[in-house]
Amino acid sequence: MEDEKKLEEFQQKIDANIKIEPKDWMPEKYRQTLIRQISQHAHSEIIGMQPEGNWLTRAPSLRSKKILMAKIQDEAGHGLYLYCAAETLGVKREQFLEWLHEGKAKYSSVFNYPTLTWADMGAVGWLVDGAAIVNQVSLQGTSYGPYARAMVKICMEESFHQRQGFEIMVELAKGTKEQKQMAQDALNRWWWPSIMMFGPHDSESAHSNQSLKWKIKRASNDELRQSYIDKTIEQGHHLGLTFPDPNLKFNETTKHYDYSPIDWDEFWNVVKGNGAGNKLRLKHHIKAHEDGKWVREAAKSYAQKQNLIQKSA
Amino acid sequence: MDNDDQGILWEVFIQVKAGRPYKHIGSLHAYDKVMAMQSARDLYTRRNEGNGIWIVKADDIVSSESSDGEAFFDPSNDKVYRHPTFYKIPDGVKHI
Repeated sequence: MEDEKKLEEFQQKIDANIKIEPKDWMPEKYRQTLIRQISQHAHSEIIGMQPEGNWLTRAPSLRSKKILMAKIQDEAGHGLYLYCAAETLGVKREQFLEWLHEGKAKYSSVFNYPTLTWADMGAVGWLVDGAAIVNQVSLQGTSYGPYARAMVKICMEESFHQRQGFEIMVELAKGTKEQKQMAQDALNRWWWPSIMMFGPHDSESAHSNQSLKWKIKRASNDELRQSYIDKTIEQGHHLGLTFPDPNLKFNETTKHYDYSPIDWDEFWNVVKGNGAGNKLRLKHHIKAHEDGKWVREAAKSYAQKQNLIQKSA
Repeated sequence: MDNDDQGILWEVFIQVKAGRPYKHIGSLHAYDKVMAMQSARDLYTRRNEGNGIWIVKADDIVSSESSDGEAFFDPSNDKVYRHPTFYKIPDGVKHI
């Protein structure tokens, strides 16, 4: 059969690390998986602007406000790179937004947690961006060309995000007793959600095997999670803060940190829409989109008018 | 979705330094040239990534088809004499 031959050739290309480009033949499931994954990634960048935007007007100094604005602008940019990469698979930008607004498309559940204090800007940058970077560094080697290229660009820009978050944590951790407590509280609340960002365990992850075979993913959820934990624990020791897990300890045999079982009920509860921020985040996005409608209309009719003037000139 | 859209798709090319070729960096949506240029600057050169930007409507790009790539590029395969290594030069001849 033609398709089986194509499928075999496709797998050979993947095995030889030849990137797949938009016009190349690809299995329908490969295309669908990428559409889901890249758009989910794009939505996460855009929705991820909200918990940080929450602190823009209350940043403690002009310096920190400028940095936070630059970071949020980066997130918008990352969302746009990713939407463009996803669009090369034959779905229009408008469609992605519609799926998001209808609740058909997901974004990372971590952004459904609230950012309660300024220390959360530190913890989000250090932990949430830190976890995202581990995932994104791995995805630079993904088999789909436009996605891989977007990831390379994102990774270059993202490293400042984690550093600015860590800097906030350092400042608070060496500050007053109250400030240190604030940093500890943020770490307590963000640690587990950041670990859950890597998704279900490999044994429970439905799409994982096929995605690894097609090199959409380059490492499994658990591998990435472990790499994140190992890195982050060491960083946390510099802060003099404790992680909210009594079973966290270095295992001499595996050379990795052991950790407590993850509360998956909590994870699925937030995925299913019952997190503190699910409704708020989506409502806010829909409102911003609707409020911007007149701008899009004005820009469009201005462009049409300019075209007419040009033609008649 | 009625008449509400995100504008047309444009492809963006950046020149990293004077004298270098323009390279594709990504795409964006905009309604007209001016908006496309401003967005390209904000989106792709926030960290001095370039000193020149080209933008072209994605629809205006003509590209080769990857499916017939082999046949399309075949004419260059049997003309090895286009490469300098094809020619035998006597020992001792320099700077050629």
